[in-house]
Amino acid sequence: MGAARQGIFESLRRSIGRDAAADAVAAVDERLNRHPRGLVPALTRVGGAAAVDLFIEKARKVAATVERLDAFDAIPAAAARRLAEWNLPAKLRLAPGMANGRVDWASSPMLETATGPSRGEDLATLTGASAGVAETGTLIITSGPDHPTTLNFLPLGHLVVLSVRDIVPAYEDAWDLLRAAGPMPRTVNMITGPSRTGDIEQTIQLGAHGPLRLHILLIDEG
Amino acid sequence: MKATSHAFVDNAHAALGDGQLRRALGNIETGFQRKRAAAKLGLPEFEALRDQAKAIKDHTLAHLDLYLERFETQVHAAGGQVHWARTTDEARQSVLDICRQAGARSVLKGKSMVSEEMGLNDFLQDNGVRPIETDLGEYIIQLRREPPSHIIAPALHLNKEQIADSFRDAHPQFPAERPLSEPRQLVDEARSVLRDAFLKAEVGITGANFLVAETGSTIIVTNEGNGDLTQTLSRVHIVVASIEKVVPTLEDATTLLRLLSRSATGQEFSAYTTLSTGPRRPDDPDGPEAFHVVILDNGRSALLGTPAQDTLRCIRCGACMNHCPIFAAVGGHPYGWAVPGPIGAALNPGLIGIEEAHHLPHASTFCGRCESVCPMKIPLPKIMRHWREKAFEKDMMGTVPRLALWAWAWAAKRPRLYRWTTGPMMAVLGRLGRRKGRFRSVPLAGGWTRHRDFPAPQGQTFQQAWAAHQRGARRKGQ
Amino acid sequence: MTTSHVPAGAHPNDGHAGPRVGLFVTCLVDLFRPTVGFATVALLERAGCRVEVPRHQTCCGQPAYNSGDRKEAAAIARQVIAAFDGYDHVVVPSGSCAGMLRVHYPSLFEDDPDWGPRAQDLAGRTHELTSFLVDVTGVQAVNDQRHDATVTYHDACSGLRELRVKAQPRQLLASVAGLTLLELPDTETCCGFGGTFCVKYPEISDRMVTEKAEMVASTGADTLLAGDLGCLMNLSGKLHRLGKAVSARHVAEVLAGMTDVPPIGAADGGDRR
Repeated sequence: MGAARQGIFESLRRSIGRDAAADAVAAVDERLNRHPRGLVPALTRVGGAAAVDLFIEKARKVAATVERLDAFDAIPAAAARRLAEWNLPAKLRLAPGMANGRVDWASSPMLETATGPSRGEDLATLTGASAGVAETGTLIITSGPDHPTTLNFLPLGHLVVLSVRDIVPAYEDAWDLLRAAGPMPRTVNMITGPSRTGDIEQTIQLGAHGPLRLHILLIDEG
Repeated sequence: MKATSHAFVDNAHAALGDGQLRRALGNIETGFQRKRAAAKLGLPEFEALRDQAKAIKDHTLAHLDLYLERFETQVHAAGGQVHWARTTDEARQSVLDICRQAGARSVLKGKSMVSEEMGLNDFLQDNGVRPIETDLGEYIIQLRREPPSHIIAPALHLNKEQIADSFRDAHPQFPAERPLSEPRQLVDEARSVLRDAFLKAEVGITGANFLVAETGSTIIVTNEGNGDLTQTLSRVHIVVASIEKVVPTLEDATTLLRLLSRSATGQEFSAYTTLSTGPRRPDDPDGPEAFHVVILDNGRSALLGTPAQDTLRCIRCGACMNHCPIFAAVGGHPYGWAVPGPIGAALNPGLIGIEEAHHLPHASTFCGRCESVCPMKIPLPKIMRHWREKAFEKDMMGTVPRLALWAWAWAAKRPRLYRWTTGPMMAVLGRLGRRKGRFRSVPLAGGWTRHRDFPAPQGQTFQQAWAAHQRGARRKGQ
Repeated sequence: MTTSHVPAGAHPNDGHAGPRVGLFVTCLVDLFRPTVGFATVALLERAGCRVEVPRHQTCCGQPAYNSGDRKEAAAIARQVIAAFDGYDHVVVPSGSCAGMLRVHYPSLFEDDPDWGPRAQDLAGRTHELTSFLVDVTGVQAVNDQRHDATVTYHDACSGLRELRVKAQPRQLLASVAGLTLLELPDTETCCGFGGTFCVKYPEISDRMVTEKAEMVASTGADTLLAGDLGCLMNLSGKLHRLGKAVSARHVAEVLAGMTDVPPIGAADGGDRR
């Protein structure tokens, strides 16, 4: 393996034929440390309510559903309603971050909940999102003790709780938040609508391997 | 994989005679072209982003060694391992070693063109590890033992009836009379079959759309969610990627991501864009316990500094093939290697040799549509022309065409002689063709007249007629 | 020669001091369809240009260039560059050959200190016919032309993408009385000619030209127009073989009112197919 690595780097340096190595290293360090933004589309120059509206519009465009709630306490009832609409049993696997947080799940005794990663048997899950990107209605969900990644992909119906305060205009804004939050988590999922495929005669079918339905509970506490 | 590019003409002949294929290829215009055009219209900055994207990759390629080193450092820092491979042999051996260390009897695979390049599936199979493709298109062609015909739509060449037949053969566990005439039914069946495989996953292999030097992250861009299930449910996650996939920062990756889905499927953003950095953390409730990145060169480093360097900007969106009239006629298989279409014609000669791939850069009318839609502004016709020059230098043209070209050039460089010879030739042809105005066959032009009539010349050459016209004008003026 | 291709309407330059234009006639027009050359001269003269046809021209060199023979391509390019020295403009009734002069000659002599600047100079003076008329001389309309026909227009690839010729021929055609333009469904797609491509890969070329010819016929137009004789010979040959009643002409013929000669690939008199 050492020989392969050496061979590749020798070949690279021969082909690139760089003479001013110190300058090159400085240029690379500078870019990596400063990570300058490129052109950010003008449509992201929105803030506040306009950003929330853009997020909702874009998420709906990719077949996600969005529901606005005025309090975290409203989540269990809304989730139960949504499961009924989807004709799914009133059973929900929760991300630990959602089970232990500000939501009182005991308030909806008809809803059976479990917590922790999924092993595939769950038809519906509920997780939080660390950010929403208005540009394309994209949810950012990071892995960690509070957020098992399996919950994002194994169920048929995925409910995601997002606070309007966490909606940012552009992807770059989400990277800034991510950097501020500490080291990179193992997984950063950018989720834009439910799973889909066009592999059969280029007809779009939802729910290929991941969720068939994606419902976003948008919390605006005013 | 074993290249069959040398047999392009025969394979194209077979493809042109395949009515099923013709029908399937007819979906490209509505499936890809129109959606891309709409997505481009929806983003006023699209053209400016193309320029920026090109600049990002040009900068990265000029510092590729340094960015790869940083990527490696960051993968190590996150607890992952990097394996370097000069050749596809080294790369697939690395993958096999990791599978054996993990005691894996089967591996799940997300869609990866580099793994196709490596011929990974056959190699693993021959060595007792069963590969299971999980992308729906890849799964279908794996059942049919075919290579992919398109880099983002591997089963583009198939119709739903053919897919249904394959499912009936491969899934005897379901009732034989079940309905499978609709795409929905096929998708649901594949979902249920592969769900079992996901839940038994040992090792998961994915490709990478980008490697981020800043963070040591690998990025996959998918729509189905199979790549995420593959890497999340497996104990070991192996990423296979080629050296040019690296980009400096998350911001740089973002600029390319804004172009990728729009150019590929016409989506503003794919359903799933996932950054993976190292194995699961100690307190993570799920995720792989080990994270390996196998980085393949396979001749790419030697393309830097050559006219073919620009092919290394490619982000594998498939827009060039979606807009290529040659691809639309013959599909991806005749190109005979992992990457078909215009980018294959520009890239493959550099990776598998011009001797094997010489047809690919020639099988183009230089219509230039590929370059006009390429988000990375790769001058595809120019690079194809570069390979034509290499083929010409190696005297690969064939004796008759070479002689014809030589004779034509010899005359074209002697205008007076050219006029003396072409004048009488056109006079004869013009007289022969005057009755019908065209010929149904012309000696030595069978390639043309087998398929179409050959218009007869008017008789006089312009140079003759113009000279006569000028003489007449002078006489009148006297 | 019994057929004269010298049209009645072509009048010799009357001595006024318009720009001096060198006509690069292209090998296909020279050999197969001189009418296009005369139509070009007529259009240029009506636009106030003094037109000359350098004797020392044959071909632009694309057959060699596209076959990978850079050396011969450069030799022919030098001949063209020298022949067209000193003209205010060089006009070409073909997007493909104009593209060769404008885009590819400079790249052929990229590293040549003598010929590089000369190639650049020629490139800057070279124009495809319709774009020259509209963009350079400012011709908005071809006056006094009538052509009762329903036409469709094929955008040849090099003109379209290398030279951005798309609006210009349409603008000029719109000024022809009696003419109706029906657009092709997919105007961006190549017809499959591609110079040597159509003989090297005849089956693929055939699939491409067949689809294009069927598209042309589906418009219901009775005449196919284009700015490149290569595409026109390819398409008219296919239209004839398919038995489609669509005739083909170079756009310059219609713009100059020189439609008294038979269409491309059609017989003298009668046969309009």
